[in-house]
Amino acid sequence: MANKLFGKAMKRVEDPRFITGTGHYTDDMTLPGMVEAAMVRSPYAHARIKKIDASKALTHPGVLAVITGQEMKDAGINSIPTGWLHPGIKTPPHYAITFDKARHVGDIVAAVIAENRQIAEDAAQLVEVDYEPLPAVALGSDALKPGAPAVHDDVPDNVCFTWSIGDKAAVDAAFASAHKTVKLTLRNNRLVPNAMEPRASLAQYLKASDEYTLWTTSQNPHIHRLLIAAFIMGIPEHKLRVIAPDVGGGFGSKIYQYPEEIIVLYAAKKLGRPVKWTARRSESFVTDSHGRDHETVAEMAVDQNGKITAVRVDTIANMGAYLTTFAPAVPTYLYGCLLAGTYTTPHIYCHVTAPFTHTTPVDAYRGAGRPEATYLLERLVDVMAHELGMDPVEFRRKNLIPPDAFPYQTPVALQYDSGNYEANLDKALQMVGYQELRRQQAELRKQGRYLGIGVITFIEACGLAPSALVGSLGAQAGQWESALVRVMPTGKVEVFTGTHSHGQGHETAFAQVVADELQIPVEDVVIVHGDTGRMPYGWGSYGSRSAPTGLSAIVLATRKIVDKAKKIAAHLLEASPDDIVHEDGKFMVKGVPDKAKSFFDIALMAHLAHNYPADLEPGLEATHFYDPKNFVFPFGTHIAVVEVDPDTGKVKLLRYLSVDDCGPVINPLIADGQVHGGIAQGLGQALLEEAVYDKEGQILSGNFLEYTLPRADDMVQIEHDHTVTPCPHNPLGIKGIGEAGTIASTAAVANAVMDALRPFGIVHLDMPYTPEKVWRAIHGSKPVAQAAD
Amino acid sequence: MYTAEFAYKKATSVAEAIQLLQQHPEAKLLAGGHSLIPAMKLRLAAPPALIDISKVAELRGVRREGDTLVVGAMTTYRELETSDLLKAHCPLIPQAVYHIGDPMVRAKGTIGGSLAHADPAADLPASMLALGAKMKIQGPSGARVVEADQFFTGMFSTALQEGEILTEIHLPIRPGARMAYAKFPHPASRSAVVGVAVVVDGTEVRAAVTGAGEHAMRLTKLEQALAGKPLTTENISAACQGLLAPDHLNHDLVASREYRAHLVDVMAKRALMQAAGL
Amino acid sequence: MADKVHITVVVNGVEHHHEVEPRLLLVHYLRETLGLTGTHVGCDTSQCGACTVHLDGQAVKSCTMFAVQADGCSITTIEGLGSPGSLHPVQEGFWEMHGLQCGFCTPGMIMAAVDLLNKNPNPSEAEIRHALEGNYCRCTGYHNIVRAVQYAADKMAGKVAMAADD
Ligand SMILES: Cc1cc2nc3c(=O)[nH]c(=O)nc-3n(C[C@H](O)[C@H](O)[C@H](O)COP(=O)(O)OP(=O)(O)OC[C@H]3O[C@@H](n4cnc5c(N)ncnc54)[C@H](O)[C@@H]3O)c2cc1C
Ligand code: FES
Ligand code: FES
Repeated sequence: MANKLFGKAMKRVEDPRFITGTGHYTDDMTLPGMVEAAMVRSPYAHARIKKIDASKALTHPGVLAVITGQEMKDAGINSIPTGWLHPGIKTPPHYAITFDKARHVGDIVAAVIAENRQIAEDAAQLVEVDYEPLPAVALGSDALKPGAPAVHDDVPDNVCFTWSIGDKAAVDAAFASAHKTVKLTLRNNRLVPNAMEPRASLAQYLKASDEYTLWTTSQNPHIHRLLIAAFIMGIPEHKLRVIAPDVGGGFGSKIYQYPEEIIVLYAAKKLGRPVKWTARRSESFVTDSHGRDHETVAEMAVDQNGKITAVRVDTIANMGAYLTTFAPAVPTYLYGCLLAGTYTTPHIYCHVTAPFTHTTPVDAYRGAGRPEATYLLERLVDVMAHELGMDPVEFRRKNLIPPDAFPYQTPVALQYDSGNYEANLDKALQMVGYQELRRQQAELRKQGRYLGIGVITFIEACGLAPSALVGSLGAQAGQWESALVRVMPTGKVEVFTGTHSHGQGHETAFAQVVADELQIPVEDVVIVHGDTGRMPYGWGSYGSRSAPTGLSAIVLATRKIVDKAKKIAAHLLEASPDDIVHEDGKFMVKGVPDKAKSFFDIALMAHLAHNYPADLEPGLEATHFYDPKNFVFPFGTHIAVVEVDPDTGKVKLLRYLSVDDCGPVINPLIADGQVHGGIAQGLGQALLEEAVYDKEGQILSGNFLEYTLPRADDMVQIEHDHTVTPCPHNPLGIKGIGEAGTIASTAAVANAVMDALRPFGIVHLDMPYTPEKVWRAIHGSKPVAQAAD
Repeated sequence: MYTAEFAYKKATSVAEAIQLLQQHPEAKLLAGGHSLIPAMKLRLAAPPALIDISKVAELRGVRREGDTLVVGAMTTYRELETSDLLKAHCPLIPQAVYHIGDPMVRAKGTIGGSLAHADPAADLPASMLALGAKMKIQGPSGARVVEADQFFTGMFSTALQEGEILTEIHLPIRPGARMAYAKFPHPASRSAVVGVAVVVDGTEVRAAVTGAGEHAMRLTKLEQALAGKPLTTENISAACQGLLAPDHLNHDLVASREYRAHLVDVMAKRALMQAAGL
Repeated sequence: MADKVHITVVVNGVEHHHEVEPRLLLVHYLRETLGLTGTHVGCDTSQCGACTVHLDGQAVKSCTMFAVQADGCSITTIEGLGSPGSLHPVQEGFWEMHGLQCGFCTPGMIMAAVDLLNKNPNPSEAEIRHALEGNYCRCTGYHNIVRAVQYAADKMAGKVAMAADD
């Protein structure tokens, strides 16, 4: 094909607007007559709301309304539902504005709407709320203790659900007869996603047509429309348009149906004026859904040959105060099912208890469940290798699923479609110079310098996912994806996708593929996303699903276009459609190159329909709904090299290398960029980031002064390459790459730090490896109580 | 993201600023604004009026007066970092400034604002103590000069009285002195968890720490331990042990009292090693 | 309400006169009064750098200044740096090297990078990372941002630009 763009590192078509400051984010918008909202939020983790006195706020000049939870409930606004149900799950109500009790710091108690944000923020301080503070619980395991304060009255034991997977009896038996076992008690630290764009929502209501429009910072506008229409507000679905314009990062935190979106819609109708709300960062810290937060006991058993025979995991997964849209899926199917990793472990059992606590709700954060699984598995593998006196790489190699074992059925439901793990591992080892590194490490140790090398292999299951399968597992949503490809009379092409790009570069990568499929210049293609008013139904972007599902739908739709174009060409060229070939951008009669029609000719004739097949509809557009047959299973090897300063406990990243396999790469610039960013986020979890709560449920690291995001000087240039093992069940063989970096890097950095600390006899520390924690471990002193004592 | 309301006054001279302060006793001076405005945005501070002194020409710049460098209080970090006079005669300041915040903070923040604010985690106070700086203060009743050792009196509190302005910082030129600053930054805010400044002037060692306690302070134990001794690795290592007792030190999410005390030893050693060229 | 203050500022070469409330932050003046929404707000503690603009030729955080403090000053925002067709080398570098993903940090990051190259035309990797300490990016891991700045430095030094796909 002349203009093959698949695989080209094309510069992104979305960039000119961003680099010139003309991107279009929700908070950039103003509408005529627009007013603004500020939220009154609970300063307590748990408190009874005895009285709300808004009289002072209401007399403040410029204030238009103070909205309470009772008012919205009386107006018939329902609770926000969760999108994933397990058997026996408790789903207590979650009202946009709470009216009985506040259940986490930041829970909305009232909303002030005023002429502008300045006035709204001033007036929010004037709303007098009479709280009766109640005892609160922040840690999952504390919430499960008898007598712990209940988050929801109708869930007195705080247990939202329990879940398990695997054959417990077989696992127990394997442990009973094991040659060696290891056990780790670990905590997967709670994280705040911190997309750089704070959340924002703008709602408009048009009385004449009874129509609402919501612009919002979302990864999945259709899901919002569905939830708001069908469950929360009862707006007829066709009267609500949800638009997610440019969105400044999501990482899972912009999936969730947030209370503020309901509040601005309600207020817009009530006041007859557009209403905007934009989060301050310190609001984001307590209201954007958090990630991770597991307390886990993980065990591994091996036989005499060093083969892993069983893995047993028991996890407490903190749900926070309310259930978010996909929260119940994260510590279960996206976690327990991943515990085989890249290994042939025959017996795996995972049990999860998910309590409510008086903390910000927890949902998907980049990787969602899979980083947690990878982290504990790869920690177990390193600890076991050490127990066995084996090099951790050789122990891994011994247990990798061999290339001829695919499709490979794991003991935890998933069937891996394809993989070639050992080749991938070897490539990474060779790139990093593993033996030489180990030699250097030994050398430096003699000088009192502590280098650590962390090698991990990982797989992920992404590209969510077959609808029937997720439905049977509890999803209240489908997970197919849609595309509409519309060819215009001049041969230009609009592509509408149900996925959403908030940094992933769909406007470029998808256009490259469409241009290839239609054999037209890429400039003639535009990718449209993020507007329920323009595109067919779709489920949005998360779980690295956009390329494997969204792009597959697009490809299949373009192939329908090509089929139809052949029929039109056949008619024009007086040939049989079977004799038409699509080559070099032309539709021609096979073997007769001068008998050809251009894409433009066909597009025009499809619209004029003057000289046209009698049995063919005019027009040239196609829709495809693609339901994947399986997840896709990207994999890879990541290697981190760190040095620990024993005097201060500070960990410095020296090198980071990754070899990923996401199948054929559409645009290496974009795919590599996804990996780099993911690695930084995973490193953040290992070294820097933690949402620290005190016993009263106050967050102690609730802004950028206390919560450390990786900065430029925390990172190094990443050494990166690929292996290519195509996915056998989608049209392009592609897999996801959006989360791989995060899934892998936390574990790689963790193993590197633990490797560096080995000479001190340290087997395990919980993340993040902050200087004091490391220093204390080295110097053998006991940790002091966190924070303010 | 809005502060509470306030009235804005711009002073064009020190005299005018003093007058404005008398007219608005509740007012706060606005220098670079990089401590004050963040506090106001979080509504931790809500002064009814601000008196902007950042553009008062007489308060800006570095000049030499005999064996003293005179630094105007409104001289920005950026100006300190790039000052040839400082680089030549007092390299400790540019070195310490390099580690303050980020380039944007350094473009606005001022030496006077930092010293007057007396944040326990601010970098420059340690250097002031180690250098033996003097603070020139002007107020309704005239001018006075306060030794750095008497200037920092507590957490966010200094010798400045109501209605007074810090106008100049006088740095003694110490020919041949070697100096260094070692900082352990807070991972998130990047302010000093512990920062140690040392000045080695002949056989005299002057050292001070910031971040450790309520305010920056001299490390007298260290100074005494090294007085008159050659700066060898052994002597430095031996001296940098248990410099401060943990009991009264600051403690937070990043560093407990014990760890902070330990960091003081480590940073002191690093600063000394650097100053000694080891 | 506190008395409004008259300010005169030159923004991207255009002179503006406004009566502003003293508490109006420069970033809100730029975004809301002037409609220059390329300058972003990413935090409320002066950490993220999404609001970075140039004030009289120096990078500053426009969220940590009141508009009244800019009276008499000349300001450059991302909108004034370059436009499609005549991009500043740093803008070009970000595009060529994929120095951005969601684009939210990008205007501030570019303004900070321009400031660096104005002061130090040939920075080392370490110097680039140090100079960007006040700018958070959650998407890129900074890898391609560093490359973008290096590209711009080379370009400004008249060295031949390297290809994007290494
Ligand atoms: C993101 C960020 C990172 C930072 N990192 C660091 C760091 O690493 N190290 C560090 O040391 N600091 C750091 N700071 C603080 C910074 O250095 C401040 O600029 C400095 O502490 C205050 O100086 P200013 O000129 O901005 O003062 P302002 O904020 O204007 O004033 C501070 C206080 O001092 C008073 N004041 C100001 N000038 C005078 C005067 N001449 N006489 C009497 N009173 C006066 C004011 O009324 C106010 O109460 C950081 C700040 C930010 C925003
Ligand atoms: S908005 Fe974050 S530093 Fe200005
Ligand atoms: S590109 Fe998204 S935050 Fe930097």
